Amino acid sequence: MIEELLFQLELGLPQVVLGLVNGAFYALLSLGLAVIFGMLNVINFAHGAQFMVGAFVAWMLLNWGGIGYWPALLLAPLIVGAFGVVLERTMISRLYKLDHLYGLLLTFGLALIIEGLFRNSFGSSGLPYAPPELLAGPPVDLGFMFLPKYRLWVVVAAVVMSLLTWIVIEKTRLGAYLRAATENAALVQAFGVNVPRMMTLTYAAGVALAAFAGVLAAPIYSVNPQMGSSLIITVFAVVVIGGMGSILGSVLTGFGLGLVEGLTKVFYPEASSTVIFVIMAIVLLARPAGLFGRA
Amino acid sequence: MAGQATAFTATAQQSPGLPGLAALGFNRAQSIAFLLLLGLLLVGPFVLYPVFLMKLLCFALFACAFNLLIGYVGLLSFGHAMFFGMGGYVTAHAAKVWGLTPELAILAGGAVGAVLGVVAGWIAIRRQGIYFAMITLALAQMIFFVCLQAPFTGGEDGIQSVPRGALLGVFSLAQDMSLYWVVAAVFLAGFLLINRIIHSPFGQVLTAIRENEPRAISLGYRVDDYKLMAFTLSATLAGIAGGTKALVFGIATLTDVYWAMSGEVVLMTLVGGLGTVFGPVLGAAVIVSMQNYLAEFGAWVTVIQGCIFVACVLAFRAGIAGQLGRWLRVRL
Repeated sequence: MIEELLFQLELGLPQVVLGLVNGAFYALLSLGLAVIFGMLNVINFAHGAQFMVGAFVAWMLLNWGGIGYWPALLLAPLIVGAFGVVLERTMISRLYKLDHLYGLLLTFGLALIIEGLFRNSFGSSGLPYAPPELLAGPPVDLGFMFLPKYRLWVVVAAVVMSLLTWIVIEKTRLGAYLRAATENAALVQAFGVNVPRMMTLTYAAGVALAAFAGVLAAPIYSVNPQMGSSLIITVFAVVVIGGMGSILGSVLTGFGLGLVEGLTKVFYPEASSTVIFVIMAIVLLARPAGLFGRA
Repeated sequence: MAGQATAFTATAQQSPGLPGLAALGFNRAQSIAFLLLLGLLLVGPFVLYPVFLMKLLCFALFACAFNLLIGYVGLLSFGHAMFFGMGGYVTAHAAKVWGLTPELAILAGGAVGAVLGVVAGWIAIRRQGIYFAMITLALAQMIFFVCLQAPFTGGEDGIQSVPRGALLGVFSLAQDMSLYWVVAAVFLAGFLLINRIIHSPFGQVLTAIRENEPRAISLGYRVDDYKLMAFTLSATLAGIAGGTKALVFGIATLTDVYWAMSGEVVLMTLVGGLGTVFGPVLGAAVIVSMQNYLAEFGAWVTVIQGCIFVACVLAFRAGIAGQLGRWLRVRL
């Protein structure tokens, strides 16, 4: 019985690793959501759309400007982040005094606009985006399985980016301001810190994280206008499971759930699209604040 | 939480209603608006295309059901498509495969909405505010995937050529005009039921929870029970609306369980006015007409819907009914 299970697991290992790649995206996106929510108290529904825009910016840079993958990895987040600054300054900042739900509704509307515009310009079918030459070669032999280099890179890049974010927030002076403003914005403002500007930059940073994930995703999934919308709903479930209280918590939850999803694909493929939602329901029943959340 | 909900509703002085209609809980302005609505329901099918009106009424009932939650309990459900869509599937299945008469098929749709509402509500009310919205959205996405894979929904094809059947097994509904009166009756019954709920002592407790949940708890109300009850009622009516729509068009598809549908009902209620009695009906009328009118423009409909969302949130939070009420100094 156990041998049979192990055999099945060995056959399914590529699926499990694929799950880890999905987990990398869950981690990066839920991280961005948590950073924005912590500071602005807004759930950024446009996160999925901004992830998609990141992928499209990479595609446009390559096809229209001849700019390759590596510069795009830096440029796309900057461009989308700048776009985030505009959104925050012109619209989102007007809602801070209102019920949080209005932030959700506004960003939902923004997501619809962005997605609709891209669907009008690029159609619904995907556009191809080749991985960079450096990562395109033959798969890496891990001993027990072959792993395409690019997927390995995605996992590594996501881990590094998450750690960087964690270091910035937990170990730097800027991060200390951020955490303090999350607790009590008025007091931090009284100490002479420009809190509104910090909120703008936080939103931009969260959005840039989404765009970074989008560029990472471009060579794996075909670049299409719908790539973000269903992903973001799964990420919402991930955020509910992890709770938005801790940075490392959301990263761990993201990777963990990606793995669980991969395992489900091996053992019970029919449930692979719903397993995260089922886990969410169970976590809510057992621990409503989420695994890493503060009640 | 405290004080947040007042942003959602414009409160005005309650004026005495017209005799007769006051028994339904309407104030004077609402009584007049209701008589106007009745008149439009009677004249409508002779002026406009009945199928369009039936679609509008189904969405109006859906939006009213949604508004019961957001407007009177302060809970934003972002997953109401699961009740609407599942109601549609079950009604279609009941009418086509089990051969039930239309009224029973619609009731079956309502019943599945109720069951789903109890389960989803029981899970979702553990969190408030923004989390509640995310949880309902995620649960609805789960139902979407279930519908995508389950054999009885027909996957991508949906359930097609659903018979309209004969009311009580006697009166054939094949004619658009005869079906219209049934749909109008279903809408009116649902609308009046919701109105009765909001003006009942139960509804007053719901409003108290919306205004100040900790205080309602401290007064000894079992807040979670009230929330679950309201959620279930709302889900049931959404199921009925979805079932009715499936009968009107003879088809139940994935579109109605998709997250975009949850967003649409939010938009209708927001445009019409959150927490107003007539707002959701007005909002549904505006959005359904807009979709009809702009259907040929494809993805632009999404863009325009997004723009309306943004405009409503930034500048028009009271909605049509709320704004109209402010100008006329009445509560609609």
